[in-house]
Amino acid sequence: MAKKINLTIDTIKVTVDEGTTILEAARSLNIHIPTLCYHEDLCVAGNCRVCVVEQEKVKNLPASCATPAAEGMVIHTNSMKVRMARKHIVELLLSEHNADCTKCYKNGNCELQGLASQMLTGDHLFLDLVPDKKYTIDMFNTAIIKDDSRCIRCQRCVRTCEELQSVSALGVAYKGNKMKISTFFEHSLFEVVCTNCGQCVNRCPTGALIERNYIDQVWDAIYDESKHVVVQTAPAVRVALGEALGMATGKIVTGKMVSALRRLGFNSVLDTDFTADLTIIEEGHELLTRLKRALVDKDPTVALPMATSCSPGWIKFIEHTFPEYLPNLSTCKSPQQMFGALAKTYYAQKRKLNPKDIVSVSIMPCTAKKFEANRPEMRSSGYKDVDFVLTTRELGIMIKQAGLDFEALPEEKFDSFMGSSSGAAVIFGSTGGVMEAALRTAYEIVTGREVPFDGLNIVPVRGTEGEVREASIKIDKVKPEWSFLEGVELKCAVANGLAHAKSLMQNVRDGNATYHFIEVMACPGGCLGGGGQPIPTNKEIRTKRKMAIYEEDMGMPIRKSHENPEIAEIYKEFLEKPLGHKSHELLHTHYTPRKRY
Amino acid sequence: MSDQTLKRVDLIFGEYSNEKYKVLATTLARTNEDILKDILESGLRGRGGAGFPTAMKWKFTAEAPGDEKYVVCNADEGEPGTFKDREILLRVPRKVFSGMAICGRVIGATKGLMYLRGEYKFMVPELEKELDIYHEHMKELGLNFQIEIRMGSGAYICGEESALFESMEGGRGEPRNKPPYPTTSGFMKKPTVINNVETFVNVLMIMRLGPDQYKKLGTTDSRGSKVFSVSGDTPIPGIYELELGMPLDRFVEEFGDGDTKAVQVGGASGFCVPRKKFKDTVIGFEGVPTGGSMMIFNSSRSMYNVLHNYLEFFEEESCGQCTPCRVGCQQLLKGIVAVKKGEKKAAYLDQLMKLSESMKITAKCGLGQSVANSFSSIVNNFKEEMIY
Repeated sequence: MAKKINLTIDTIKVTVDEGTTILEAARSLNIHIPTLCYHEDLCVAGNCRVCVVEQEKVKNLPASCATPAAEGMVIHTNSMKVRMARKHIVELLLSEHNADCTKCYKNGNCELQGLASQMLTGDHLFLDLVPDKKYTIDMFNTAIIKDDSRCIRCQRCVRTCEELQSVSALGVAYKGNKMKISTFFEHSLFEVVCTNCGQCVNRCPTGALIERNYIDQVWDAIYDESKHVVVQTAPAVRVALGEALGMATGKIVTGKMVSALRRLGFNSVLDTDFTADLTIIEEGHELLTRLKRALVDKDPTVALPMATSCSPGWIKFIEHTFPEYLPNLSTCKSPQQMFGALAKTYYAQKRKLNPKDIVSVSIMPCTAKKFEANRPEMRSSGYKDVDFVLTTRELGIMIKQAGLDFEALPEEKFDSFMGSSSGAAVIFGSTGGVMEAALRTAYEIVTGREVPFDGLNIVPVRGTEGEVREASIKIDKVKPEWSFLEGVELKCAVANGLAHAKSLMQNVRDGNATYHFIEVMACPGGCLGGGGQPIPTNKEIRTKRKMAIYEEDMGMPIRKSHENPEIAEIYKEFLEKPLGHKSHELLHTHYTPRKRY
Repeated sequence: MSDQTLKRVDLIFGEYSNEKYKVLATTLARTNEDILKDILESGLRGRGGAGFPTAMKWKFTAEAPGDEKYVVCNADEGEPGTFKDREILLRVPRKVFSGMAICGRVIGATKGLMYLRGEYKFMVPELEKELDIYHEHMKELGLNFQIEIRMGSGAYICGEESALFESMEGGRGEPRNKPPYPTTSGFMKKPTVINNVETFVNVLMIMRLGPDQYKKLGTTDSRGSKVFSVSGDTPIPGIYELELGMPLDRFVEEFGDGDTKAVQVGGASGFCVPRKKFKDTVIGFEGVPTGGSMMIFNSSRSMYNVLHNYLEFFEEESCGQCTPCRVGCQQLLKGIVAVKKGEKKAAYLDQLMKLSESMKITAKCGLGQSVANSFSSIVNNFKEEMIY
């Protein structure tokens, strides 16, 4: 048991475990100490100094986030000294900050703005430093915009990029008054190792790191009579959108989201989950084909383990960091891009539309999807497969702009076709979901039986934050055509967050682990913790979203991708067979090695 | 107090003993407890400026759990107006290495590192030559304590001990949160003693003279002698070893040019003492401490320009990570310019004084905390020069 520490905070006596910070001790007493650089997901920096408190018999004010409670400490969180110091610090931050809040994308959801309104009384104590600065805005990236004039140098983004993602695209450059958050030789984010995962955007307290928004372009398309605007929504959006619109965390809002999209004026409201199911069919067959080549044909060139390719942050990460493993990536496009390619081919044919008149929009929990949609290889329909990618946050803004009372909206269903899906597709939104969905299908293809898990819930592969999950499934009593898999123990690994992806890949590279199939999601918790999800984020919020996703899965009448009737239909009418000619043309892609900085 | 006279000392720069590393050899024959007792007895306090009792620092590190410990010599002499470590390293490097070796033995470290200011790169060949001799002798003495030189790259902040560790570890020179202190988590997060160059020499001197003899120099709070870097409006600028605890008026009598208006004690991060306070100011830990820098200004100098220069220095040399220091320095600088130009009323100086007070109590490290020293002492004592 941990040693106990007794201290007094604002005259209240409290006992905490050794190692607890003053901030945590105060929070346990419901005493609110404001913070800015502090973030539950990250290591303590102690550099904004907003959380300073007064400690009796100590001259200086310690930063409560960085100072462990000590025996007999007497702390005041709201003394005259503390209030004056905090006020000064917030004023200082504002003096360096481009504070034209009404022009800022984060207006209303900015932690600095919140602190200012909480602590200041409208007076400007200090001089404005912004005119002296040569701030730059990096607007060259298709996914993320970095505006240094709004940066308060709390380094949350730097810690996120390094600790959670081990990408380190963002770092600190220069010192003193010129100190800034920058990239390798101050290149634009699109020229460096940045994976566009958007985790920094999720944690930036101000408007310094934001997604490039395409809201106006989408409104333009909607208002354009000559355009047919289709929208697809990713599985993780429906468990988080409510948060952006004032609802409780972890609410499933699928039906309300569909009716909101209809009211916004989209011509057809469809579901990425449909192509998630399709991904499972294609990727499952790809895995089985690779296994056959390895086990039966003894082909030494076959790349195993096969890795999932749904997460565009992960794709760009592996292109930069482990380019020698590109053959291991499944060639399947992500569900978003499969959907885009089909929207302008299959959908257009069936609805008798000219693909050039179709505007394809996707709602994603992700910023990297914006980059993905703009990849040159994502034009296999002959057009740009996905025209605009909006984040969950952007959809939230559009719904507010349209004046819809989201909570009061009726529950509606997706349009058909390309609107039906299975529970297997829904769980794509959580780490381990693609793995589970693939196993539900592949096991059944091979053995003719359902996966041997209670209620189809393959709990061992359900990923957990902060670790690489490993599982193996024994395949036996297979159908005759799959006899080569008899008795094979299918080894899988699941990782979420690129730091864990990196350690997984290092293990694979160093031969410390052998797997057949690995699933990687770039973001902590998978897509539900994606860089396009409502802000704030923390483990508690992500856990609630995760519970909602598995609840949605349990509530679906169809739980396995191959049982989705529209999937059978598309193979019959259009694609012919998994991994067939049309599939290769429209649903599969290739990857590009990139530089390591 | 002012009856005390100025006493020149010849301890630090005194001649080496006849035999190489003789004092070190005799010291190593004694027990660690014995050595620590002598240092404690001597009352030695760190010579970098902050004045932490050296014996306590060593004791805490010796007692800290862990097998891997380090001795670091802070030779990143960057305080404006300080150039005494440069002289010590040029003239008596052997004494520095000996002091480090004693520390290594006492705390149980096998590795010593000297973090050398980037601008002192020219010294490296000579220092390496002496290190070769040192390592040879250590082989003979059977002490496993290797010393290595690491180069700084010119950032003032890297003289701050935890930023120095970061820099040596290959990171960006940014100070760490404290606690933990270096005695439990220093270089490579291992227990570390980090001392100024001069402190290590003092240890050796205590070993040579014994604490009783050493204690005869200085005052109760400030034992021993100190090397001062005297610069500014003086006919005899240079390095002087003087007894601690001297009154400032005696110092000015000796070194001033007869028209001294103020002395900046302790560099840009120290205090400015105006003429009217010379008599009552003692140089030492009981009065105004200094890492060695003594800058003398005569009446032809504008104290506004002096302060402006310091603030420009701090604005640039702040690491930039914590708000009070990064933005505070910019505000102080821009603020005094605005007052001088008449763009802000004189009363704005009061606002800036409050700000400097906040910086002093909220900044993450000594840099931001000490900007207020020179700021408030100059503004308070030379207010009219700030305004008109």
